[in-house]
Amino acid sequence: MTGPGTLTGGGPGAPPSGAPRTVTYREALREALREALAADDRVFLMGEDVGEYGGGFGVSLGLLEEFGPERVRDTPLSESAFTGAGIGAALGGMRPIVEIMTVNFSMLALDQILNNAATLLHMSGGQCPVPLVIRMTTGAGRQLAAQHSHSLENWYAHIPGLRVLAPATVEDARHMLAPALADPDPVLIFEHGSLYNTSGELAPDAGPVGLDRAAVRREGRDVTLVTHGGCLPKVLEAAGALAADGVSAEVVDLRTLRPLDDATVVESVARTHRVVLVDEGWRSGSLAAEVAARIGEQAFYELDAPVERVCSAEVPVPYAHHLEQAALPQAADVVAAARRAVG
Amino acid sequence: MTPARQSPPRPGRRNARAAAPAAPAPPAAPAVTPPAPTRLDLLRTMLLVRHFEERCFELYSGREIRGFLHLYTGEEAVAAGVTAALAPDDAVVSTYRDHGHALARGVPADAVMAEMFGKATGTSGGRGGSMHIFDVSRRFYGGNAIVGGGLPLAAGLALADRMRDTGRVTCCFFGDGAFAEGEFHETANLAALWRLPLLLACENNLYAMGTKLAHEHAVTDLALRAASYGMPAWSVDGMDATAVALAARQAVDGVRGGGGPYFLELRTYRFRAHSMYDPDRYRSKEEIARWRARDPVTALAARMRVDGELDDDALKKLEDLAAREVEDAVEAARAAPEEPAADLLRHVVSPAEEPA
Ligand SMILES: Cc1ncc(C[n+]2csc(CCOP(=O)(O)OP(=O)(O)O)c2C)c(N)n1
Ligand SMILES: [Mg+2]
Repeated sequence: MTGPGTLTGGGPGAPPSGAPRTVTYREALREALREALAADDRVFLMGEDVGEYGGGFGVSLGLLEEFGPERVRDTPLSESAFTGAGIGAALGGMRPIVEIMTVNFSMLALDQILNNAATLLHMSGGQCPVPLVIRMTTGAGRQLAAQHSHSLENWYAHIPGLRVLAPATVEDARHMLAPALADPDPVLIFEHGSLYNTSGELAPDAGPVGLDRAAVRREGRDVTLVTHGGCLPKVLEAAGALAADGVSAEVVDLRTLRPLDDATVVESVARTHRVVLVDEGWRSGSLAAEVAARIGEQAFYELDAPVERVCSAEVPVPYAHHLEQAALPQAADVVAAARRAVG
Repeated sequence: MTPARQSPPRPGRRNARAAAPAAPAPPAAPAVTPPAPTRLDLLRTMLLVRHFEERCFELYSGREIRGFLHLYTGEEAVAAGVTAALAPDDAVVSTYRDHGHALARGVPADAVMAEMFGKATGTSGGRGGSMHIFDVSRRFYGGNAIVGGGLPLAAGLALADRMRDTGRVTCCFFGDGAFAEGEFHETANLAALWRLPLLLACENNLYAMGTKLAHEHAVTDLALRAASYGMPAWSVDGMDATAVALAARQAVDGVRGGGGPYFLELRTYRFRAHSMYDPDRYRSKEEIARWRARDPVTALAARMRVDGELDDDALKKLEDLAAREVEDAVEAARAAPEEPAADLLRHVVSPAEEPA
């Protein structure tokens, strides 16, 4: 990833020693998978084309050769069955990682995720924790049109019983998986499709990151820009442009979409008194709406300007490049919203 | 039991390209199918279920049990016969019509009853109710109230066992209605493809709520269709407990022996309405009476009598025992404490994650 890879990493991690490496987001995810498969023989990866094809987005390339077809399992096209099988295998003592090719196809597994993964612990009175990790690609920006461009992580973030992660940096891509696997409950990891080819620096000895806190990716005084996932690079770009213009913007990366870390957001707003929420989801019922509500509840008197939102236009994402870009949040939109807030 | 429709065994797919690290240690003793049940065993289980269900009917009418209540009356031979073939370490996944499966599996009647009363002593502390009976200590992974929703889960339990070579079997109960769901077909394919140790126990009671079998399936021979996925699939008289027990034993042995999934179509009938909300308008009194004449409990008792295994006295004693067990469960449930409302948010996430 471009942009300053500075500041809080969201959890414990030894200070870097030795030279940091530059890796892509995709490589970071793959390293995390390799590490998890090597560390614990209860861990296995399954999903459509994770094996011979190497993963729909190339994340698991080479892992089949390394770990064999029992542990890097190609599944038939049956999102509900293999996601549910992940749940059952988790109940049966394994630590499955289910890859659903994209969030768009996860609708076919929504029943299993909502009605089984998220509810079994509660319906069983605590007897059935589901230690399952589900990874999926999310988001638009690659001219794939309406059915391949959804950002629906807010739907999942609505559901009690799930933890929802959105790694936006190579550090989180590399280090969120281990704590996700250690979580006794189901964890969903959303990988934005535009991030796979981005790169960033990885400290050689960084350990697992925390999953409970948002991260301040850039410090600032005048306005807080809150975002997650694929919008982070755009928001950092906007913060750079604002800085050049004398507006000091703080960038908060939510990282964990459920449970939301209100404290980091509220603390930042209490310092800047202005906030712009940037979310690739549709505005109505968006995660940005939830964050806005929480700011209203917890930091109303800190605000010197109305909360601003930059979300996707309320339209199925179109194919043509210029139309698609017009539908999605852009750095320029963030800059404009921040200026309105700063006044 | 009608003749087996077998498809030829498929070659294993274990040609690992790279040696996987050693699998986690399987449970201490490999699971073994228990000895065949006696007719007395089957009768006892069926009587318990029958008394339990009929008592639930009364309790619901008396408003002591609320919510959805789906009774198993008429289908007892299926639960009794199938579970008799399972080892204690095998797993069961059930539906919303789950009391019979749970009781037959050995889940204590008082814990099941208390759950329906919404009490702290219930299997889920009152969080699940009638449709969600769980007892992981008996590897009973729940009543699932989404039609077909338990099937993928059961495949996953079986997958864990296959990956760890435990010799355990997972049995999934589901209905003729569930057979129409995508989740059945996805799971059947996955289980056959991966040769999972899964017993698919389809309770064909001829109705999905008010929809007749012939109105929900273009081809109503469910075993024939299941066999097309590449698994042995048999139709069994689900009103005959000994026939069910025999077929289930053969199927479970096949599954345990590495034969992949087996499918049993258990032809049965529910004597009561779909749920307590159902006015039962879609089938005739005559039809119900015809099936009641084949009552699986009376039928088994009658055969035992003919063979000199049972007389009036013995039957009366068995009935009394079952009734006593159910009545004790009712009394205990009535007296049991409620889960404190302050614990409302317990079990949403695991304890380590709960806010302090
Ligand atoms: C996915 C889903 N669709 C619809 C329902 C409502 N529903 C509950 S039970 C049922 C009929 C199921 O029939 P079958 O599978 O034959 O089981 P049976 O009730 O006969 O035991 C229906 C439609 C549901 N619970 N879940
Ligand atoms: Mg039915």
